[in-house]
Amino acid sequence: MFKNKDDALVASLGQALQPELQGRSLWFYARQRFKRNRAAVFSLGLLICITLACVIGPFFLPHAFDSADWDAMSRPPTLQNWHLFGTDDSGRDLLVRTLIGGRISLMVGLLATLSSVSLGIAWGATAGFLGGKVDAFMMRIVDMMYAVPYLLIAILMVTLLGRAFYLVVITITVFSWMDMARVVRGQTLSLRSKEFVEAARAIGVPTRRIIFQHIVPNLLGIVVIYTTVTVPGVILTESVLSFLGLGIQEPMTSWGVLIHDGAQVMEISPWILIFPGLMLSSALYCFNYIGDGMRDALDPKDR
Amino acid sequence: MAEAQQPILSVRDLKVEFSIKDAKAWPWTPERALKAVNGISFDLHAGETLGVVGESGCGKSTLARAILNLNPANSGSIRWMGQEMQGAPEAAWLSVRKDVQMIFQDPLASLNPRMTVAQIIGEPLRTHHPEMSHDEVMVKVRAIMARVGLTAQQINRYPHEFSGGQCQRIGIARALILSPMLIVCDEPVSALDVSIQAQIINLLKELQKELGLALIFIAHDLAVVRHISHRIMVMYLGRAMEFAQKSALYNDPRHPYTQALLSAIPIPDPDLERNKVVQLLQGDLPSPMNPPSGCVFRTRCPKAQAECAAEVPELRALTPNSQAACILA
Amino acid sequence: MNLLDVKDLAVQFSTQDGLVYAVNGLSFDLAKGQTLGIVGESGSGKSQTVLALMGLLARNGKATGLALYHGQNLLTLPAAELNRIRGNRMAMIFQDPMTSLNPYLTVERQMTEVLQLHKGQDRSSARAACVRMLDAVRIPEAAKRIDMYPHEFSGGMRQRVMIAMALLCEPEVLIADEPTTALDVTVQAQMLLLLRDLQQDFGTAIVLITHDLGVVAGLCDQVVVLYGGRVMEQGNAQQLFKSASHPYTLGLLKAVPRMDRDDESLLAIPGAPPNMAHLPKGCPFSPRCAFADAQCHETLAPLQALPGETGQLRACHRDVALVRSTPQPELAHG
Repeated sequence: MFKNKDDALVASLGQALQPELQGRSLWFYARQRFKRNRAAVFSLGLLICITLACVIGPFFLPHAFDSADWDAMSRPPTLQNWHLFGTDDSGRDLLVRTLIGGRISLMVGLLATLSSVSLGIAWGATAGFLGGKVDAFMMRIVDMMYAVPYLLIAILMVTLLGRAFYLVVITITVFSWMDMARVVRGQTLSLRSKEFVEAARAIGVPTRRIIFQHIVPNLLGIVVIYTTVTVPGVILTESVLSFLGLGIQEPMTSWGVLIHDGAQVMEISPWILIFPGLMLSSALYCFNYIGDGMRDALDPKDR
Repeated sequence: MAEAQQPILSVRDLKVEFSIKDAKAWPWTPERALKAVNGISFDLHAGETLGVVGESGCGKSTLARAILNLNPANSGSIRWMGQEMQGAPEAAWLSVRKDVQMIFQDPLASLNPRMTVAQIIGEPLRTHHPEMSHDEVMVKVRAIMARVGLTAQQINRYPHEFSGGQCQRIGIARALILSPMLIVCDEPVSALDVSIQAQIINLLKELQKELGLALIFIAHDLAVVRHISHRIMVMYLGRAMEFAQKSALYNDPRHPYTQALLSAIPIPDPDLERNKVVQLLQGDLPSPMNPPSGCVFRTRCPKAQAECAAEVPELRALTPNSQAACILA
Repeated sequence: MNLLDVKDLAVQFSTQDGLVYAVNGLSFDLAKGQTLGIVGESGSGKSQTVLALMGLLARNGKATGLALYHGQNLLTLPAAELNRIRGNRMAMIFQDPMTSLNPYLTVERQMTEVLQLHKGQDRSSARAACVRMLDAVRIPEAAKRIDMYPHEFSGGMRQRVMIAMALLCEPEVLIADEPTTALDVTVQAQMLLLLRDLQQDFGTAIVLITHDLGVVAGLCDQVVVLYGGRVMEQGNAQQLFKSASHPYTLGLLKAVPRMDRDDESLLAIPGAPPNMAHLPKGCPFSPRCAFADAQCHETLAPLQALPGETGQLRACHRDVALVRSTPQPELAHG
């Protein structure tokens, strides 16, 4: 194209004065595709509303979550006295308890997800990148974890260690990290043999930099997808534990605890079961639709 | 091409094996070896292009990766600038990597989809010259982009926003930025359209002339390497069948495999194409796990004799310009 | 009497970016025993043409125009009618034989299915016919190999199995979509000879899609050169190779590395194949054409017959003599 290097340099300087075009990364296209998915966008909005309600809502309501109003026990929903969800059998306002319970459920969900995702990524990426016997050994441990009956062990752990908040989080984490580990390992294995990783090795890029610059950014897509799948699972696990009486301790409450309490009196005061149940299922549906939306948006085939 | 000059790359009897696990076998049975590269030797001088041609399964890609230690060789010698590199630890290879670079077959797959062009092309500089500032790196990146025919406007774009030919130019820019002495090109034009292939081949030729680059150009098509190679090696099942200067190979091919390859290439001229005599090869490519005894080509060779199974023919010099591994040549 | 009469075939896809025209204004005839080559690079629309004829377009694709096969328009036939023709009177072979054969079924099962469906034969007589066909395509030990699975065959042999499957019902038209692109060059040579021999034995007309001009030279009587979904040049193969008249064809002939020429340099056509969603106004080749002038960039050139050369058509505004005589500038690498 150019006769000699000087011409090339001059031309390049001239071109440098032209405005540089902004590239559109793959995240850009993923965001576009996500925005087009109406169910996912609506779910995201709804989830944000639920979260805000749980976090800020209780400050605007006149009742405290543990103040028992002996005059108004087991009242159905009424505008009188701002018992919009009614009261439970101790006269505590259900709306406030549902929102406070939401705080706990969502926080447990968030923390347990973060820790299981981190553990899963670390485990899977190491196993995938190192390969060979180390990989085989690490994956057999994952297989063993799958084989363990989690409910029995969860009961054991809670019985032995107690029901403090952080212990519930740990218990849930221990049984939720394996999916992420397997998925990350698979993706790491396939990335390792990709040509651009080979190219990086041919250039002489050190291993640490290959992992962080080349492998991890290409893992994030699948990590995001599986995180949105993990969250509802974690929340549900917490609810199951609470429903069995093994979760959060009184007077703290979570949706699972509320559902447990509501199930016992559902023939007499169905609203005590219905409202927390609705909140939990709505949150889970939202997570599922968002997860679906993420999966479609980040589908590698749909570059 | 001064014969008196020392070769920059000297490969002797290079062997690369893969061990294949048989799923049905017991764990203690020894694993079978797939000899992908089975004794390749050549010298390469500065500014020279060696074309390596062969069909699928001949081991040419494995050879390329062995030369760069991406797929370390099992035995043999690789001397770069007189220094023995085969078996050396990765740390020793790091200084060699400044001088030996590679471009790949699939242009888009060889670029990290989440990095911009600027980051991709600048990566070699950041790896080997961490003392350079960001601006210094960008100046060099822009200069290299202009050199390979990319506009500087596109410097922040991502690989998927470019066509196949442009992606290959990005790959070439990345390989060039450290001013290497040798670039190994692994089928760089096979995945490109015909009208773009010529662009890339011409670009490589130009760069070679201007920068004194040596090239190892790997292809499955003898017609393609003709335009860029000085010497050509024809490979089959991990061994070299013929090794000759370009004119000698195309005008007077000695090995039956080379003759078959040359006659098989379709010519865009109806009269020539319909009337030509094709040397048809019988049978199928043998399994590389179980290569034929003696000459590996004998099962498909139209001229095979009983003696061909006796021992592996060595590459013998038949003329000053060509060598062939055939007892009948 | 023409077997296949295609007039003004157009294929469009409805995508998120709007309507994309993959093929525009393609017309050709195919007579018995003839071979037609459709040549083009990626994005030229060559594959979509034959997919439209066989009714295999993606769901968002639509084909308009006429494709008359024995008087019936293939593009508007209901599925039931089309199924009687597909695999039976008109057969197709694809580029990648590994993905075109079902890996879970033996070759015997896949081949006898064709005869059972279209000819109503029972399994044992179908099997005998299949073994005969495998022999005809020169697969050694056909009677034994017919019970194997596709992955037990090599690439070249799988492609022969595909050809055998396509020829089982002795179709009048065989459509081959880049049948040798995925094969080694020595295997490709065997395949092309086989196709030529089979054509002589069975009298099949062949529509051959390829980007390889050498393959076209060896097999085709008529050629259509596509670029950006439009016909650039069309006509008798011998004439086209001897004296091409379109800048794109001439450029391709000079850009292809050839064994018969001793020249040192390849002509590089500058630029890149077009983005089908954003075709230029005017001739699709104009951004890359060394002869393009203002008219070329503005208006499409209609496909016209060349004066004095019967049957040759070209779509170009510029003068034939000028294009043929001026050597295209030796742009270094575009």
